Amino acid sequence: MSASGSADLLIEGVGKRFGDVVALDHVSLQVAQGELLTILGPSGSGKTTLLKVVAGFETPDAGRVTVGGVEITALPPAKRDIGMVFQNYALFPHLSVAANVAFPLEMRNVAKPEIERRVAEALAMVELKGYEARLPRQLSGGQQQRVALARAIVFNPRLLLLDEPFGALDRKLRETMQLEVRRLQRRLGLTTIFITHDQEEALVLSDRIAVMNRGTIQQIATTTEIYERPANDFVADFVGESNIFHGTMSAPGMVVLDGGRALQVRSDKPAGAKVGVLMRPERFAPSGANAFSGEVIESVYLGTSFKLRLACEGGPELLVRQPARGALPAAGARVTVGIEPESIHVF
Amino acid sequence: MRTPPSRRLLVIACGLIYFFLMLPLLVVFPISLSSAPYMQFPPPGLSWQWYERYLDDPQWIDATWRSLYIGAATAIFALALGVPLAFALVRGRFFGRVLIDRLALAPVIVPTIILSVAVYGLFAKLKLIGTWYGLVIAHTVLALPFVVLVIVAGLRDFDRSLEQAAEGLGASRWRTLSRVTLPLLRPSLVSAGLLAFISSFDEVVVALFLAGANMTLPKKMFDNILMEIDPTIAAVSVMQILLVSVVLVLIGRFGRGLKDSAR
Amino acid sequence: MTGRGFLPALPALILLFVFFLFPVVRMLGFSLEGGTLDWYAKALGEQLYLRVFWNTFEIALLVTFFCLLLGYPLGFLMATTTPFWATVGFIFVLLPLWTSVLVRTYAWMVLLGRNGVFNRTLMEAGITTDPIPMLHNFTGVLIGMVHVLLPYMVLPIYGAVRKVDPAIPAAAAGLGASSFAIFRRIYLPLTLNGIFAGSVLVFVLSLGFFITPALLGGGRVMMIAVLIEQQVREALNWPFAAALSAVLLVFTFAVYAMAQRFTRSEAEAAR
Repeated sequence: MSASGSADLLIEGVGKRFGDVVALDHVSLQVAQGELLTILGPSGSGKTTLLKVVAGFETPDAGRVTVGGVEITALPPAKRDIGMVFQNYALFPHLSVAANVAFPLEMRNVAKPEIERRVAEALAMVELKGYEARLPRQLSGGQQQRVALARAIVFNPRLLLLDEPFGALDRKLRETMQLEVRRLQRRLGLTTIFITHDQEEALVLSDRIAVMNRGTIQQIATTTEIYERPANDFVADFVGESNIFHGTMSAPGMVVLDGGRALQVRSDKPAGAKVGVLMRPERFAPSGANAFSGEVIESVYLGTSFKLRLACEGGPELLVRQPARGALPAAGARVTVGIEPESIHVF
Repeated sequence: MRTPPSRRLLVIACGLIYFFLMLPLLVVFPISLSSAPYMQFPPPGLSWQWYERYLDDPQWIDATWRSLYIGAATAIFALALGVPLAFALVRGRFFGRVLIDRLALAPVIVPTIILSVAVYGLFAKLKLIGTWYGLVIAHTVLALPFVVLVIVAGLRDFDRSLEQAAEGLGASRWRTLSRVTLPLLRPSLVSAGLLAFISSFDEVVVALFLAGANMTLPKKMFDNILMEIDPTIAAVSVMQILLVSVVLVLIGRFGRGLKDSAR
Repeated sequence: MTGRGFLPALPALILLFVFFLFPVVRMLGFSLEGGTLDWYAKALGEQLYLRVFWNTFEIALLVTFFCLLLGYPLGFLMATTTPFWATVGFIFVLLPLWTSVLVRTYAWMVLLGRNGVFNRTLMEAGITTDPIPMLHNFTGVLIGMVHVLLPYMVLPIYGAVRKVDPAIPAAAAGLGASSFAIFRRIYLPLTLNGIFAGSVLVFVLSLGFFITPALLGGGRVMMIAVLIEQQVREALNWPFAAALSAVLLVFTFAVYAMAQRFTRSEAEAAR
């Protein structure tokens, strides 16, 4: 099976409000053919509404949605050729596995033998050969998910939408399924939008991530970019653990935090600029150009690392991760850590 | 686990109450098999004479057939009108929805005697007294609330994402309805249809006024009870109880919403 | 009527308007024949008819009381027992509910009559020498109606008890509450809504009841519904029947309206 139908997606200035609530505030984004873009955001950020607009279950108040150069904004869902995996899978409980997967082909009036061939092919692809006659309720959660996936790709959709599909699975299974979905998506070259509120999942799966909050896109970038160089407080805070401070550039390469503490950084922002400063907890070393010493308020053993909360003298509270070596520093102990200028992100 | 004495007391009390509930149903069985020429309990001997009398009497058989097809027609008619109404009530967003909801359930609230007298007055003018379709119309009004209650409950529990999935996979509105929505609602439809049937098959008060000379089974029973108490009624009763049991089994096996049916 | 999805309701609405709303309103209109309220004055003024209304109320209240007395234990047991016994309980409640009222009324005539099962048994056992009158009187009507309406009480109470989280009474027992205290302090207040819903339903259905009083009352126990039927079929007095119907309808709706008000304030208090 090939995904010759796969196309690029263009969303331009899409807006949607429900009463007084603005769900989408003129959102624009582009997904290249074969790319996997994750829309990451907390609940209520508008990500689900955006997905529904793309799938055709919501009509936007403003803006356009284009797939492969053809506008589909007003097209009913049935005419869009978009495969979707729902949060709860939405498998038809009265139809067998094979009938579920055959459903979109039947709706397209594909000939019987062709349907059988393609259903078999799709089920083989998700490793569910031999389960054709089962009903959805006779399958495990992971198997149901595979059926939903097979059903969403069997008709060579132009686009694949995944609406928090891993939420109901336990951790181990979730990791397996994530990798499997990624493998399948790459192999078929399917343009895919994946929706999640789980930032770890987003980092594992995506080519690029769009972080959403309050109906707007905060940043669209590659996974490393999002993690290393977030565009604002929200992104920095939402993706990964972080120490975020605010301050003013006193000179090129020098920030004075609002608390008075000065830091050496790599930044060409002009003196006097108000900036945000992000230090990831794992970037601290026992020593560095910027040294912090303080009292341990809280310490947690995490297997591979220690997680410490430090109250630094005359200044900020820091979250620090250190490789787990030696004894876990007890609360009240004094600790010194340092961070290099290039490990500090200024935005 | 040890049963506390208060629990044991409750079980005993409930046993007696169940006995009270079931007693009238049970008592007709021996009477229907009585060999005595009149009502006598306990029966002096066993015989099938009352069943034979029922089966040999064209009036009884006529009334039974009439009730059966009026009940079937009522069920079909009530489903045909009630199912779309339930969809509109659950999924529609229009002005006056709450009012229509009240109106649809009103026939169970308004005393049947008032409905009967009112429809009797109208049907006398329209010359519909004694027609089978006149009764079907009136019975449909009475059965509609049952259908609406059961289907509304079914639709409330319905997972709309299944319909969205079907549409997203390329199904038109109509094919979504016929391939996904209605098949999944089938248990509710079965319950609603059977309840509508039984509500018509058992109905006396409206039939008393509207049936005229064309007896339905309940009207024939009513007249017989008023005139003479002979055990033929017991034989008819036994068959009625058996029919209801079959319908309840059918609902239990293929339907849903039994618990909603009486609310 | 503007908005989405109205059309499917239309056929049913036409039926309800033409064969329900219209005939009822038309019939009630007869009561104002000649532009006077004379028929209402008669219905509510004459001793004879006031007695009928009073009778109806008395019976409805007693029926509600007995249904509650018998219905609560049943609903409670069904809601707290194992699924198997709950199903058995349901069958024993639903089978009578869906059995024709006529069958049940007939059976009670067989049981309660002068030569009926009960009297025979009592006399043969030597407990009484003469048959006790149980049919064609107040007692007979009461027994028959309680039997017919009991399921309508059991089902809402079952629903209410089912909603009580079993952990709550368990916690109360753990805190030292006796069975009686658990019932009085936990179940009773938490199932008040079900008790109320069942009682309103049974009371309202009793007000308009026809078959059972007509057959078991033997013409000696007069309720409004029976009176209406007589006025239409025997006296052919449509205006008076209409006035009686209007009064019955007003009572019925008044009870419902009060019930709605009560449940709404309950729901608000719970929020």
